Amino acid sequence: MFIFKVWLISIFCSQVEPTATVLDIKSKCLRDEEILQTLPVGTTASFYFRDLGPQLTWGTVFLTECVGPLVIYLMFYFHLPFIYSPKYDFTSSKHWVVHLACICHSFHYIKRILETMFVHRISHGTMPLKNIFKNCGYYWCSAAWMAYYINHPLYTTPYYGQMQVNTGLYVSLFCQIGNFSIHVALRNLKPPGSKVKKIPYPTKNPFTWIFWLVSCPNYTYEVGSWIGFTVMTQCVPVAFFTLVAFIQMTVWARGKHCSYVKEFRDYPTLRSSILPFIL
Amino acid sequence: MSAATGTSKTGHGDGAAKKKKGPGALATAYLVIYNVVMTAGWLVIAVGLVRAYLARGSYHGLYYSIEKPLKFFQTGALLEILHCAVGIVPSSVVLTGFQVMSRVFLTWAVTHSVREVQSEDSVLLFVSAWTVTEIIRYSFYTFSLLNHLPYLIKWARYTFFFALYPMGVSGELLTIYAALPFVQKTGLYSVTLPNKYNFSFDYHAFLILVMVSYIPLFPQLYFHMIRQRKKVLGHVEDYSKVE
Repeated sequence: MFIFKVWLISIFCSQVEPTATVLDIKSKCLRDEEILQTLPVGTTASFYFRDLGPQLTWGTVFLTECVGPLVIYLMFYFHLPFIYSPKYDFTSSKHWVVHLACICHSFHYIKRILETMFVHRISHGTMPLKNIFKNCGYYWCSAAWMAYYINHPLYTTPYYGQMQVNTGLYVSLFCQIGNFSIHVALRNLKPPGSKVKKIPYPTKNPFTWIFWLVSCPNYTYEVGSWIGFTVMTQCVPVAFFTLVAFIQMTVWARGKHCSYVKEFRDYPTLRSSILPFIL
Repeated sequence: MSAATGTSKTGHGDGAAKKKKGPGALATAYLVIYNVVMTAGWLVIAVGLVRAYLARGSYHGLYYSIEKPLKFFQTGALLEILHCAVGIVPSSVVLTGFQVMSRVFLTWAVTHSVREVQSEDSVLLFVSAWTVTEIIRYSFYTFSLLNHLPYLIKWARYTFFFALYPMGVSGELLTIYAALPFVQKTGLYSVTLPNKYNFSFDYHAFLILVMVSYIPLFPQLYFHMIRQRKKVLGHVEDYSKVE
């Protein structure tokens, strides 16, 4: 289950002191597809290996991250024992928005699980074992925190009533479809197994037209769907989770945007990383 | 727990000796002024404590005599987070932030907010631990910046913590523990359901959580200081052996 992966680091002999440790070496790592014979080295070359420690595939981590919140939320939704006061065990909420929120939340994570299994093509094969504890801890605890309040017997429905719930729902749904469209578009960008990087462009699907303005519209749509969920439930923990997600995804989006700009000379200048014209 | 604030800054004086670039001349001048002011401030608190003790003849209620300078100078330490963020001090923003915030939390959110604990002896315990620590720490930084660090100050900084750190931690924990019943009774800083934000916060439970967090964190910080001590004071012993 654990993949012990070794990363190849190649250095030109003349540039490294004989006593240097791996930590001192700052050259770029060799790519998986490079052939030793074609490397620009002299008659002798030093190869430095670094043991990355126990690794897990991204797929494994993604799935664990997503199954947790799905199950945890449902535990709160069905009012399993020891969560709320015993008189509420196995009861059902009388508010329609609570049922709707459960459907939305569950749909979101089922969609993510299916995407991880069938849609995503992941470039980095593995990640360190520690990450699964960190990531899962965050996702699972956040889901529990949100689910606790939304499914609480003393939950208060949104201030503006059905109108607010519907607005939140439509925004959330719209963005989920958008997010899915982007994932499909990114998948179709290159044939399976190919490592050639290409600029993503808008396709016939209107949800992908946001590519004119944004480099990482999958994150844009993701933030949008969580904002919709926040409005729908009017719950501070959800708002907090949305904010943290936004900050993290902005960091990722900016990184991706910068790497696009560096990689492609003709990268469209109108695009921003996550929010059109703003960020 | 915060008696050893600045564990992350042990490289502060040593950092200038390494190949890392130190702060510019203006930043150094500002930092010297900052550290001098802070040293002076904590000296004021120390003197205030001694004078009040001599005047009253007992340890009780000394907090009230240094309440204002304590709040002022401990809160002023927030600037240190800014120093790290801007880059004029080579420390981790997160670590410094964590240490300063825990001090500020104890000063304002516990001692100031829960009036009934202000007359507790545990408050004197952590205040005196903080005072001695901070006087030594800020004078350490001042001298380091001026490149004239007396060995005594360096030795004091890396030795006194052995006693001051547990003293401070005990004082802090006892104070939080003393505050618990009052927080529970008055529902201080707590939000209950139902409310339109669908959010709740139990300050009493939060304080208990804070107390529990000392268990994993205190040993880590304490042993970090011990390791730093070996590194910083250990070198001097090596040189003397060579000669």
